[in-house]
Amino acid sequence: MALFSIPCTRIAGIAASVPATREETGDYRWISQREREQFIRTVGVESRRVVTKGTTTSDLCLAAARRLISDLAWKPEEIGIVLFVSQTRDYLIPATGGILQDRLGLPHSAIALDIHQGCSGYVYGLAVISSLMNTTGIGKGLLLAGDISSRNTSYRDKSTYPLFGDAGAATALELSETSFPMHFNLEGDGSGFDAIIIPDGGIRNGLSRSSFTYKKQGKGVYRNNLQVALDGMKVFNFSLREVVPNVKELLNNTNLTMDSVDHLVFHQANKLINESLRKLLKVEASKIPSSLRQFGNTSSASIPLTMVSELAGELASGKLTLLLSAFGIGLSWGSVLVETERIICPGVLEYR
Amino acid sequence: MYLYGGKSITGMTMDEFILRLEDEFDHLPKGTLKPGTNFREEVEWNSINALILIALVKTEYDVALTATDLQSFQTVQDIYSFVVSRQTA
Repeated sequence: MALFSIPCTRIAGIAASVPATREETGDYRWISQREREQFIRTVGVESRRVVTKGTTTSDLCLAAARRLISDLAWKPEEIGIVLFVSQTRDYLIPATGGILQDRLGLPHSAIALDIHQGCSGYVYGLAVISSLMNTTGIGKGLLLAGDISSRNTSYRDKSTYPLFGDAGAATALELSETSFPMHFNLEGDGSGFDAIIIPDGGIRNGLSRSSFTYKKQGKGVYRNNLQVALDGMKVFNFSLREVVPNVKELLNNTNLTMDSVDHLVFHQANKLINESLRKLLKVEASKIPSSLRQFGNTSSASIPLTMVSELAGELASGKLTLLLSAFGIGLSWGSVLVETERIICPGVLEYR
Repeated sequence: MYLYGGKSITGMTMDEFILRLEDEFDHLPKGTLKPGTNFREEVEWNSINALILIALVKTEYDVALTATDLQSFQTVQDIYSFVVSRQTA
């Protein structure tokens, strides 16, 4: 358990970018019409945005960041840190954060680094960037979180292909003496590392001829070892077991109740998981925004994308207490209580 | 045991449990399921239906089902008995 608070950092703005290309679950011919209908009803994904070959996560994040910096009227030379959170980096090496530092025109003095996290990455990213800003005194920073999971799924794997969408998000943070502290509860269990995994292509299982061989993994599931393998039942049970105590512990630790929270923004895992978590926490549906229907599970981008697509008006016009809760690959999970007030929110941009 | 608001199945009759299952698997007409019904055959067992059952049992009765548990179930009675045993354990 890591329960802690970070003072003096506020979210100044959030933008998200999705590819223009849309794929509909209704057109996914690998499964029957009846299965497609059940998938939409239960998993909740009607369409997803997917990149065309050559577009990277950093391209999506860069587009969102450029728009956000412009709307905030920030100058690149004022930005002292850029943190890139993703599991779909531009290259195996080097890190993508440095490439983004250059493409954004930030000074060499700007800290640039990557965090290799997926579903829980946005909450972890907020913790790391706000900690660094507080300890270094850096006044302005960018958290860029996103994934293009569609590049890593097999069309013949009904458990992953129609679920994952692509997106990138940019969150601008600034030091502010008067801001409400961010309260975190971060946890993890590495023994579940293989619940969501691409087995080959790293150092443990290097690339080999057999990495490319498609194998039947179950009914309707064929993939090779360079594509995402998802143990749905393991992830489902882990989420139902760990997320609710994590959220309750965070609220208890801050002496707050769910009544004080305007919106609970979950990682967009799937409708069945998120709806089960909602029932277990006894929260009314109107408090929990969802972007699953139009964007699917967008991994580390799912929380900022949901904030931007579903709450842009409220974020831009008022003061909100938000509880963000993320969980998944790693296994890794965490939640944060954050207060926003009239932030810059240009909405969801289409990347072409 | 009931930390997250799970309801006790104790006192719930098999008929009530069956009604709850038929509600959740919405393609099943009322009266389809009996205690001896082979659940896997009746609901066209697939990974999504497995997750629906896990979600129902966790959110309604605060009992976690694993993949191994699911493999041991054939009939509605098997599921009901398992949930009751976990709640009274």
